[in-house]
Amino acid sequence: MTKIYRTGEVEVQALRGVDIELRPGELVVLLGASGSGKSTLLNILGGLDTPSGGTVRFRDLDLSTLDDAGLTRYRRDHVGFVFQFYNLIPSLTAVENVSLVTEIAARPMPPEEALDLVGLGHRMQHFPAQLSGGEQQRVAIARAIAKRPDLLLCDEPTGALDSPTGVLVLEAIERIHDELGTTTALITHNSVIADMAHRVLVMRDGMIHEDRTNPKRRRARELSW
Amino acid sequence: MVRRALDRKLWRDLWRMRGQVLAIALIMASGIGVLITGLTNVEALDETARAYYERYRFADIFAQVKRAPKRVAAQIADLPGVQTVETRVAMYAVLEIAGFEEPVVGRLVSVPANGAGLLNRLALRAGRLPHARASTEAVVSEPFAQAHNLLVGSRFRAILNGTWRELTVVGIALSPEYVYAIGPGALMPDDARFGVVWMDEETLQAAFDLDGAFNDLSIALLRGADVEATIEAVDRILERYGGVGAYSRDDQISNWFLMNEIAQLRRLAHILPTIFLAVAAFLTNMVLARLIALERSEIGLLKAFGYGKREIAWHYTKFVVVIGAVGVLLGWIASYVLGRYNTQLYAQFFHFPFLVYRPGPTPFVLGLIIGVGAALAGAWRSVRNAANLAPAQAMLPPAPPMFRRTRLSQVGWLANIEQLTRIILRQVGRWPMRSFTTCAGIAMAVAVLIVALQWIDATDHMVNVYFREAQSQDVSVSFAEPRSTEVVRDLSRLPGVMVAEPMLFAPAKLRFGSREERESLQGLPAEQQLYRVFDASGRALRLSDDGLMISTMLAELLGVQRGDRITVELLTGRRDTFTIPVSGTFETYLGSPAYIELGALARLLKERPTASSVHLRVDPVQLPTLLRELTKLPRLSSITLKSAAIVTFNETMAETILIFVSFFIAFSCALAFGVTYNAARIALSERGRELATLRVLGFTRAEISYLLLGEIAFLALLALPLGCLVGRAMAQLIIVAFKTELFRVPFVIDPSTYAWAMITALLATAASAILVRRRLDRLDLIGVLKTRE
Repeated sequence: MTKIYRTGEVEVQALRGVDIELRPGELVVLLGASGSGKSTLLNILGGLDTPSGGTVRFRDLDLSTLDDAGLTRYRRDHVGFVFQFYNLIPSLTAVENVSLVTEIAARPMPPEEALDLVGLGHRMQHFPAQLSGGEQQRVAIARAIAKRPDLLLCDEPTGALDSPTGVLVLEAIERIHDELGTTTALITHNSVIADMAHRVLVMRDGMIHEDRTNPKRRRARELSW
Repeated sequence: MVRRALDRKLWRDLWRMRGQVLAIALIMASGIGVLITGLTNVEALDETARAYYERYRFADIFAQVKRAPKRVAAQIADLPGVQTVETRVAMYAVLEIAGFEEPVVGRLVSVPANGAGLLNRLALRAGRLPHARASTEAVVSEPFAQAHNLLVGSRFRAILNGTWRELTVVGIALSPEYVYAIGPGALMPDDARFGVVWMDEETLQAAFDLDGAFNDLSIALLRGADVEATIEAVDRILERYGGVGAYSRDDQISNWFLMNEIAQLRRLAHILPTIFLAVAAFLTNMVLARLIALERSEIGLLKAFGYGKREIAWHYTKFVVVIGAVGVLLGWIASYVLGRYNTQLYAQFFHFPFLVYRPGPTPFVLGLIIGVGAALAGAWRSVRNAANLAPAQAMLPPAPPMFRRTRLSQVGWLANIEQLTRIILRQVGRWPMRSFTTCAGIAMAVAVLIVALQWIDATDHMVNVYFREAQSQDVSVSFAEPRSTEVVRDLSRLPGVMVAEPMLFAPAKLRFGSREERESLQGLPAEQQLYRVFDASGRALRLSDDGLMISTMLAELLGVQRGDRITVELLTGRRDTFTIPVSGTFETYLGSPAYIELGALARLLKERPTASSVHLRVDPVQLPTLLRELTKLPRLSSITLKSAAIVTFNETMAETILIFVSFFIAFSCALAFGVTYNAARIALSERGRELATLRVLGFTRAEISYLLLGEIAFLALLALPLGCLVGRAMAQLIIVAFKTELFRVPFVIDPSTYAWAMITALLATAASAILVRRRLDRLDLIGVLKTRE
């Protein structure tokens, strides 16, 4: 798969030929410096963007042929997103932010249960402005997994957080992966985090530079940076 | 050098926000446009009238008498302050125009044998004046000639004192006396059924038995002469010749209408622009506040570089001045075009021979000051905030908005609403002032529409009450002189006449305390069948035989109440003075009439009962035959068909009101559109991130459109009833402001008016929502999410 961005007269080759497979139940960490193409790859996997060449398949679905409505459907039914900057709706409380997604999902879990999973059962009625960064990110995770997605995509989930808070967030992701068996892809430039993955994809210049399997995964709580 | 960079930023900001800038500018332009159009029209009408009056020597005082010898004129000319006196013969007569079936009333006015005359001179548009003693030559008024395609050389017939005479048109003219040419008993000018015919003086004297005499008098005064004193002196001289009271130019009917129109226009020029400019100021405030919020860090940076408060303030002030300037410029262009067009329209309506449209710089400068002033007034808070931002604080992102759960969100069905709707409600609650502004803007659009459309309802209502409910005659005939009421019996014998009812006009002066009004007493049967004394509430009133039934307008003018005794000085018959009680008052939309039972009036006049006009109800099939018979009657001064009067009324109203209403519709659409567009664009710029997040979470375009546009729809729905209430109140205020002695516009709003106003405002709102929706579809999902706000 390739991806070329054209902005005016400048042409940027974000992906120069990537060929990967994510297996069900796998926790994959995409490691790379900024500009390596890892975000582009994640956006295409999540149905936010389409490749310039090649195909992307989710089960029997060819994502590269879908139009905007089809991609929306795909995101709605199968994908959970977690972003670096949380992107919570400021006018909704924690539980309401989660309900936002459960209301349009086919077989969601109760929003309260999702918040319990990330350890925020006691802060359900708080607005984003009343929560710390780590708490906001955990609400975002609860929001992403409440619909029981087939694919959980996390773009630098700890990028805006300090180390202890970041570990708390990673623990939440790990717990969800363990309990729900959701296929999870996590982008980071922090190589320490790679230790918690089954598989690590290292990206450089729009290509997969290295594809290795961790012989032994470390628990998130053992990590620090 | 750096400053130039800042200016470049200004222009790019303006260009980037051009949609919003234009929306505000359009609203501002509407306000400025109406203001300047109004002011220049007032100026043009004022100056045209003044120039016309001066050039064609419009008289200062007018008087009618029964018959006075010519030498009386010399006596009046000797009065102090009198400059010129001119005597004339002026009579109403029935005319017959080939090819026009309906009766036509002509005002026959003499022109002196030696030419144009001294006062109220004619503006000849074609042909020439009648030659001396040319008994069949006539000059006709231009609108009348146009209505009947009369040209120099055309012929028509007139009944001069009971005998038909064929007349030849030798000239077509306009006169300052008939700027607003209105026939006897009519409400509106009707150029087909009323015309002015000027003829040789000796010819008219001979025809109406006025040899060596006159029955109409015009006086020009020296500058600074005492009008009231002169009128009194003239009245004393003319009393024994059957004078019915001299009156000044102010009370001359054509001039009175013209001055009223100018006064109304002046009021309109003040009310409307205020609304538009207030809204424009509000919007400027909203847009600028948002721009400054987005540019916090830039402002901090500029301050860190060493820019001072004053430079920052000036930068954003310039932004506002440009918006104001664009608005003023558009307003100038609109008002130049509209002003000229409107003035021409007025010139046509009022029949001026020329038009003085030289808009001076004053209204335009005033528009500039008011427009830019309104924009600055709206912006000063935001500008001050920008200037006062501390640099270190400014470079930090603004604190996230704080939301609160209200108890309301936990009760009943509100606890169960879905999240998108919840977001909408919380947004509205979080920024109540901003929500109110949007709501108020749309409400104002609805209100302005209601005010405009209310005029149509009111006129419809007026026509209904006046012509359909109150009056059920089909034809009215008037006589040059009151006739014995036996004429009623004679008329009821004519073909097709089913009911005939007499009426007697007795010119009089009414006094109470120090107040005095000239008003004819109208004598009618106690129980009227045709021409009914009708209260605005829809009741026909019975006249008592010992008192006056007066309109509330007259009661107000005289300061009397029911039971008070009014002093009446009759200006006809033996000219007796006596007091008479007010037996009741009634509300009417037109004029300030006073009614009295016919028999009682005859007793006061010490005469046998007479009638100056007779109202008839007629079998429609026999109407043409009847009209032919009527024209054979001697000494008839006018025949009026009610159906024709309704048509004219409606046509005239349609011409003037529809133009006025369509301007209002255009302006209020600009208002609703501009307000909504700005609100939506600001919301989009503030909440793009939120909307993109939702799209990523799997919400469709339609769903996120609902989030943004639903809020506007919600505010619009709130605005509709609010707008109806405000519109109602404004209509009431405007009606009070437009109340005149002649005309009271009734306060009537048809339910459909509310509906149309709301639909129109909703359509304008929807149009801007569609524009914003197209932007939503192009939302950049990835770009928005990657950045920190």
